[in-house]
Amino acid sequence: MSVKLTEEMLKALPDARGHFGAFGGRFVSETLIDSLMTLEREYLRLKDDAEFQATFDKDLADYVGRPSPLYFAERLTKKAGGAQIWLKREDLNHTGAHKVNNTIGQALLASFLGKKRIIAETGAGQHGVATATVCARLGLECHVFMGAEDVKRQSLNVYRMKLLGATVHSVQSGTKTLKDAMNDAMRDWVANVDDTFYIIGTVAGPHPYPLLVRDFQSVIGRETRRQALEQAGKLPDALVACVGGGSNAIGMFHPFLADETVELYGVEAGGLGIETGQHAAPLCAGRPGVLHGNRTYLMEDENGQIAATHSVSAGLDYPGVGPEHSWLKDIGRAHYVSVTDDEALDGFRMLTQIEGIMPALETAHAVAYAVKLAATMDKDKMIVINISGRGDKDIHTIAQLDGIEI
Amino acid sequence: MSRIEGVMKAMKDQGRKALIPYITAGDPHPDQSVGLMHTLVKAGADIIELGVPFSDPMADGPVIQLACERALVHGTTLRQVIAMVKEFRKTDDVTPIVLMGYLNPMEAMGYEAFADAAADAGVDGVLTVDLPHEEADVVAPLFAARNLDPIFLMAPTTTDERIKAISEHSSGYVYYVSIKGVTGSATINVDEVAQKVAHIRDIMALPVGVGFGIRDADTAAAISRVSDGVIVGSVLVDTIARHQADPDALNKALTDLLHPMRVAMDSPAS
Repeated sequence: MSVKLTEEMLKALPDARGHFGAFGGRFVSETLIDSLMTLEREYLRLKDDAEFQATFDKDLADYVGRPSPLYFAERLTKKAGGAQIWLKREDLNHTGAHKVNNTIGQALLASFLGKKRIIAETGAGQHGVATATVCARLGLECHVFMGAEDVKRQSLNVYRMKLLGATVHSVQSGTKTLKDAMNDAMRDWVANVDDTFYIIGTVAGPHPYPLLVRDFQSVIGRETRRQALEQAGKLPDALVACVGGGSNAIGMFHPFLADETVELYGVEAGGLGIETGQHAAPLCAGRPGVLHGNRTYLMEDENGQIAATHSVSAGLDYPGVGPEHSWLKDIGRAHYVSVTDDEALDGFRMLTQIEGIMPALETAHAVAYAVKLAATMDKDKMIVINISGRGDKDIHTIAQLDGIEI
Repeated sequence: MSRIEGVMKAMKDQGRKALIPYITAGDPHPDQSVGLMHTLVKAGADIIELGVPFSDPMADGPVIQLACERALVHGTTLRQVIAMVKEFRKTDDVTPIVLMGYLNPMEAMGYEAFADAAADAGVDGVLTVDLPHEEADVVAPLFAARNLDPIFLMAPTTTDERIKAISEHSSGYVYYVSIKGVTGSATINVDEVAQKVAHIRDIMALPVGVGFGIRDADTAAAISRVSDGVIVGSVLVDTIARHQADPDALNKALTDLLHPMRVAMDSPAS
């Protein structure tokens, strides 16, 4: 039932109201509307502005270290026993994850808009670190909101943010995870809307965030496309990326949407198993609703209250997902699947031990699924996994599971 | 004429301003909500804004977040909130009730089912904090067909163009959010509010209720002189929190807070 997408169709999305089919939009209280409309107007102007784009590209090259390599994982391929597995090394970016592609872009927007105070939400802390980093570089005041639960399990990143000069606000409300951090960031934004720029870390939130974050992250897919043609002489047959809010996945997928032969797999956090209800997989097991400014698949109860989520990985522990993913699911262009905490941990160890690459626990979900997928495919096929982040930040979690104190 | 329009017109004819208290339904316990609504009316309320609890109230400060949590712990649902209005209507068919909340519980119930049940129970207006009029094209005709007034917010950041557009999608009254911030967060600046409300009235004709930051009788009176209605929320909800264990003390405390506002608003300016 998959539709053939043309470049023409893709250019028209999101529409003028920020909708991707039935998803997306701008569901926020009135105080924020004017700021969002200004941001939309300015972004649409700057996105075709040569100076803005040149500055963005230069920063990605000289500061982030792009392009990131596309690496053929020979031993992992052999272990999986099927399709060739290649890794897009976003973990090698400055700050250790794909998040910085977006924070560079949004901080540049903030500068063009003359905003001096930056706020951000973070789950695993990677987006918080990437935001604190660009703020340090540009001399901007930085406030990061992080659920108290995540502050505990990602203490290394909390300290990194502090070293970079950011103020980290530990959020005590609700489930004390990423969704509550986003609530509090929005509350701060309403109160400081005149001088504050909100750098949202994923492709969710009110229009134009899903659009601009996708555009900034699409460098991942554009590079992968070019590198695959250069290094393998063809386009990949499948792309695999983990999906929390979905920014690394959309960044990888978007430049391939019109390439019919490329299958797309978004891997959600299956937690303790979809059947237990203890997971963070709205695309696999949720239904459409409205949260954080957009209509999208959500994990919620029958009365529309947002459900508590569970994942071993803080960055995937979110009840919603970017609206473009919801649309890609409904039109059948991308497949959304899940792997459990345990499978992800196996993926983490496998990549660490046979390729010497330690992925973030978020990324480990994509690794675990890709290895299973590769086994079902012929040896002449090619899979690219988006290695969205490195795993240093998760060493405490892994050690704890191993019963080791460090 | 809707019940809200009727009350607003009667108030205007009498040269008085509407006192509009907000409480969260189900807080501190669903069994107490209808009684508290009657208490508010006895203390001088002209319209009641009844909050529908939501797990992620992004536009609210800690006081109303905690009220939502208290209500949700006891399993308060949107259907139950509507049932509370039905119960309230058994003995009060004059005080307009506006349901105030976030979109997702309504979406989960189904917009048509919600509109039917709300109208049947005697709900008069619906204020959905995270639903700007641009996204309201599905609910608007459902509400209009059942005489439910759609109440929208205006804010200090709302442009003239939007004031006009919002008023065209509204009926009953518009809710002017007096401060940039969440509920319960800052103190109101009466002069700034007066200026903006006057400006809004130059552009549109609906009554303007002002909320956020009104905590005492003096402020209520001052705001009433520059608007058509005074909306009081967090200070009442905070009172509910402090007296949640003692229903009698709670009724008295709410009355002691709201009644002086009524008196001050009805007294000539000194």
